[in-house]
Amino acid sequence: MAHNQESGPASVRTVVIDLVVAVVIFALGALVVYDSYRLGSSWGSDGPQAGYFPFYIGLLICITSAVVFAQSLARWKRDTKAFVDSGQFKQVLIILVPSTVYVLGVQLIGIYVSSAVFIGLFMKLMGKYGWLRSTVVGVAVSVIAFMLFEVWFRIPLPKGPFETLIGY
Amino acid sequence: MEELNALFHGFSVALTPFNLVLMMVGIILGVIIGVLPGLGGANGVAILLPLTFTMSPTSAIIMLSCIYWGALFGGAITSILFNIPGEPWSVATTFDGYPMAQQGRAGEALTGAFTSSFVGALVAVIMFTFLAPLVARFALQFGPPEFFSVYLLTFCSFVGTGKGNPFKIIAAMMLGFGMAAVGIDIVTGQLRLMFGFTELLSGFHFLVAVIGLFGIGEILLSMEEGLSFSGQTAKINMKVVLETWAKLPRYWATSIRSCLIGCWMGIIPGGATPASFMSYGVARKMSKNGDKFGSGQLEGVVAPETAAHAAGTSALLPMITLGIPGSPTAAVLLGGLLIWGLQPGPLLFVEKPDFVWGLIASMYLGNIAGLIVVLTTVPLFAAILRVPFPIIAPVIVVICAIGAYTVKNNMLDVWLMMMFGLVGYVFKKLDYPLAPMVLALVLGDMAESSFRQSMLISQGSAAVFWSNWLVGSLTTLALALLFWPLISAGMARLRAKKPDQLLEQRPIE
Repeated sequence: MAHNQESGPASVRTVVIDLVVAVVIFALGALVVYDSYRLGSSWGSDGPQAGYFPFYIGLLICITSAVVFAQSLARWKRDTKAFVDSGQFKQVLIILVPSTVYVLGVQLIGIYVSSAVFIGLFMKLMGKYGWLRSTVVGVAVSVIAFMLFEVWFRIPLPKGPFETLIGY
Repeated sequence: MEELNALFHGFSVALTPFNLVLMMVGIILGVIIGVLPGLGGANGVAILLPLTFTMSPTSAIIMLSCIYWGALFGGAITSILFNIPGEPWSVATTFDGYPMAQQGRAGEALTGAFTSSFVGALVAVIMFTFLAPLVARFALQFGPPEFFSVYLLTFCSFVGTGKGNPFKIIAAMMLGFGMAAVGIDIVTGQLRLMFGFTELLSGFHFLVAVIGLFGIGEILLSMEEGLSFSGQTAKINMKVVLETWAKLPRYWATSIRSCLIGCWMGIIPGGATPASFMSYGVARKMSKNGDKFGSGQLEGVVAPETAAHAAGTSALLPMITLGIPGSPTAAVLLGGLLIWGLQPGPLLFVEKPDFVWGLIASMYLGNIAGLIVVLTTVPLFAAILRVPFPIIAPVIVVICAIGAYTVKNNMLDVWLMMMFGLVGYVFKKLDYPLAPMVLALVLGDMAESSFRQSMLISQGSAAVFWSNWLVGSLTTLALALLFWPLISAGMARLRAKKPDQLLEQRPIE
């Protein structure tokens, strides 16, 4: 991937993300250590306490992430590779943002209507398909999912006002 | 001979019309999963797991394992026709497979790939049939220290055989263990690592993690690359198949080597991906035409495919006999067994012979069915790949969301899936491996309880892991693998070695 090598002005370097992720992992490890210590990480009257095992897990998380942090710092100057360029970042957002909105939709109005709208709109707006084709594919996927889960396998999925209307 | 009797009994269990239909459905679903970007063996099985809850465990495992075989077959189609590995283990297949397709020999490459996949799987299944009962009988004598040392070996071998930064491997693995500890402690009943969120009472479910990490994460990566599929067309007819079959026996030596590499790498949890690369590398070194590898050699397709399939199949051996999966997909299957109330491990052979031998018989039948299905339907599956990405991407997100929700009928899981998706994307880009993390999440509770029981036995002394020759050698081997990156770095410094180009192309799982 040749376009990955040069870092444009707007892009973030991989090494920066590496450092940030190492810090986040270290923080998670510290959380594990803290909570295990609170529960008791030593030897109780009846054997190992609840925090005995996770305490060392947390410790290892902290140590390894600290090493990764140090390794990343060591190649700070040399490594100028970009994590994503702006074009790639846009591509990722194009699917990430609608998907997040879709999950919110599932929570609020149920999965079937949200899925049809999500697939239809995504095809129309990102894929430049016509309204007819987008609608047909979106509705078809939803109907297939509905038949499969609600009717045949009787596995209930999140539903909203529309499904109540048709008696489910 | 006892095994043969049991096997024939297994065939009588597996060979019902209903199970045969499930087998075909499983294979076809599996190939579709293997072909589509963003759906792979692990998360495909994870998503379809809830559909099998209404079936009997035997039927369910037959269908799920057939999905797995299908996914193994399917990865080869995209590698050869589109130069896009559908699965990490088919990266090595692109080296010679795609050049063959460009030369108009796609049919030959595909036939070679499928047939050698089949051969690899068959050899692994035969080994499985005779080795599994032995291992299970042997493992019946295992106590907690033995089990913990096997867990230790599993995890240390990720460091030893894995590619990439060992500290990142350990960090990812330990994060998995950390997530496994969330929720109620099974021994003391105390609430751990919940920080007041009652939703976390039952912890993070690994199926949700698998669907997010491998499904959503993969979609984000595919979007970033701005995938536009432009592939070669394939025509497979009887003539091409027979001609290729006539050529294949020439590569018997490569086949045998690849089978051995695959079986070995599958049993120790190296997995199919390193097996396929190692096998390709060995074949290139040993073959007379080694210098022509990469320009479209059938042998270069045979080697990785045989090994990947053999490894994928033998990864089920430690899963069934010890309860320790050798790959993320095997881990998902193990999770399925637990949900059906079956405890994988040595006792499974004694308590549920119908189930175990039904599964083993279905491995034979599933691979035969798989070979027939893929040879006859390749053009169909290649057509799926031509469906444009703006349609595929949202549909896969919808399928993942359904899969995550059905795990526990819980909306929080769908949000967690999105979070895991982001984690998967960032980790993949930073070369944190996902497979050890998933395995740690699955095995965390069991590894912890065997560790605590061992500590109880020894009253807190680590000497219990060297208390007899068996547990001692397992533990020592594990530690040797753990420090292998250090040892090999030391050896490399002693004699300067040219960098292995093949290894650099290997993806980090």
